[in-house]
Amino acid sequence: MKSELLKLLCRNARYTNEELAVMLGIDEKTIEKTIEELEKDGIIRGYKAVIDWDSLDDAYVSAIVELNVVPKADLGFEEVAEKVMSYHEVESVYLMSGSYDLNVVVKGKTLQDVARFVARELATIDSVTSTTTHFVMRRYKEMDVHLCDMEHDDRGQFLL
Amino acid sequence: MIDYGKILNTTVTEIKPSGIRKFFDIAETMEDVISLGVGEPDFQTPWRIRKAGINSLERGKTKYSANKGLGVLRVEISRYLERKYNLKYNPDTEILVTVGGSEAIDSAIRAIVNFGDEVIIPQPSYVCYEPITRLAGGVPVIIETKAENDFKVTPEELRNAISDKTKALILPYPCNPTGAVMEKDDLEALYDVIKDTNIIVISDEIYSELTYGDAPHTPVASLECFYDRTITINGFSKAFSMTGWRLGYCCGPKEILDQITKIHQFNIMCAPTTSQYAAIEALRNCDEDVERMHEEYDRRRKLIVNGFNKIGLTCREPKGAFYAFPCIKSTGLTSEEFCERLLREKKVAVVPGTAFGQGGEGFIRASYCYSVEHIIKALKRIEEFVNELNA
Repeated sequence: MKSELLKLLCRNARYTNEELAVMLGIDEKTIEKTIEELEKDGIIRGYKAVIDWDSLDDAYVSAIVELNVVPKADLGFEEVAEKVMSYHEVESVYLMSGSYDLNVVVKGKTLQDVARFVARELATIDSVTSTTTHFVMRRYKEMDVHLCDMEHDDRGQFLL
Repeated sequence: MIDYGKILNTTVTEIKPSGIRKFFDIAETMEDVISLGVGEPDFQTPWRIRKAGINSLERGKTKYSANKGLGVLRVEISRYLERKYNLKYNPDTEILVTVGGSEAIDSAIRAIVNFGDEVIIPQPSYVCYEPITRLAGGVPVIIETKAENDFKVTPEELRNAISDKTKALILPYPCNPTGAVMEKDDLEALYDVIKDTNIIVISDEIYSELTYGDAPHTPVASLECFYDRTITINGFSKAFSMTGWRLGYCCGPKEILDQITKIHQFNIMCAPTTSQYAAIEALRNCDEDVERMHEEYDRRRKLIVNGFNKIGLTCREPKGAFYAFPCIKSTGLTSEEFCERLLREKKVAVVPGTAFGQGGEGFIRASYCYSVEHIIKALKRIEEFVNELNA
């Protein structure tokens, strides 16, 4: 049941407890309790809106920055990852397999902001040996949601 | 000047266009309508099915197939029916691939009905059976199924509908628009009524993959007693979300299929080849896609049924298909008044029950082939509408 509930919340975190209860065939009280537990246990970490910033005036720039890192003997990649994620400019940090180590999504007001941030803050971290920055040109899909256009229902209004 | 009124076939001209056409036309001119009016899935055809169609085009598989359909496809249909329902048909002689379930219904009725023969049709049900029967020279005999019987055909109703002219019985279950299903016991009870007759059952099971609750769908022909008198009709539109591909099939005893195949051969030749290649993939590798869509329909079903009941429009639990069929008698309006006013006042489109036969009076059909968010929005507007009526 938990995984079914989580899937529905992933799709739309604003379903009411009643709607969730009806769709999953369980009572509302149980839904309420389960969500509380999931929050308390740190399974659910937050609820956010999916926004198409590009259609707004205050659009922002984001970039994927690939970091190569020399891991520390005891701490591995943890130490540098913690440093990187403490910046509010950093949206996400992943440890990767393959040709580089950390994948960092950085956002800023302008291209220059992001470039400056990478040069001054990320590139200068001791164990970081190189950075490669890829700017995002356009966002097509974000968190399962299509951003490029509204999905259009071409089925008409009636069909028996 | 040609007087067209005199030259056209009178059986055709006497078929009335659907009485609610006008109402549909109004809706099409309005903007921002939230519709629950459509009888086809909102899901895209699963990508691997589309890919299989594309591959067949790339390989130049663009010729006619065998009249009966690609041999490989008929084998897959046979395996699928056995795997799902333990229903056995010989792919060489007992299966015909058609242009949607619709063609199968038409050809099956034409293969059986002589002029003046009666065909028993339960209503409310999909709109094609009555006109097709008339076009074949048959006489439709309507059974008006009742809400209190969950819109099933009862043995008593069937007994009263049978005469010495009865040739066939249509069983449209799982049912559009009522969501009714006929379970094993229900079917066995009907068998007792027809066992001493030669009545053929035409079972339209296009919604067979879409049943909810404990009991899986029971094909009529899976009951041994019905097997040799049943034509099973099914297709790819609903289960695999393939409405536009126009592909269905019918199965039954060789003696009947031979005749249906002749009709098919002369008016269709063969079902679209691209669709047939795509359908092979659907039957082989898409159980998970079907299951995923089914799960989603089930959630929406629970949501919409609960929604109508909360609004005060009594809605029985539909056990199949993808429609809710709530009762609107408490509003004091007729089905058509309800739908027209709901459309004009709240811009929500639902279909009057009377579109599916006079027995649909007092009910509306609301499809749940829409996203949960869409359904929630529509239900809110319907609630406002009903509250304002009661105010």
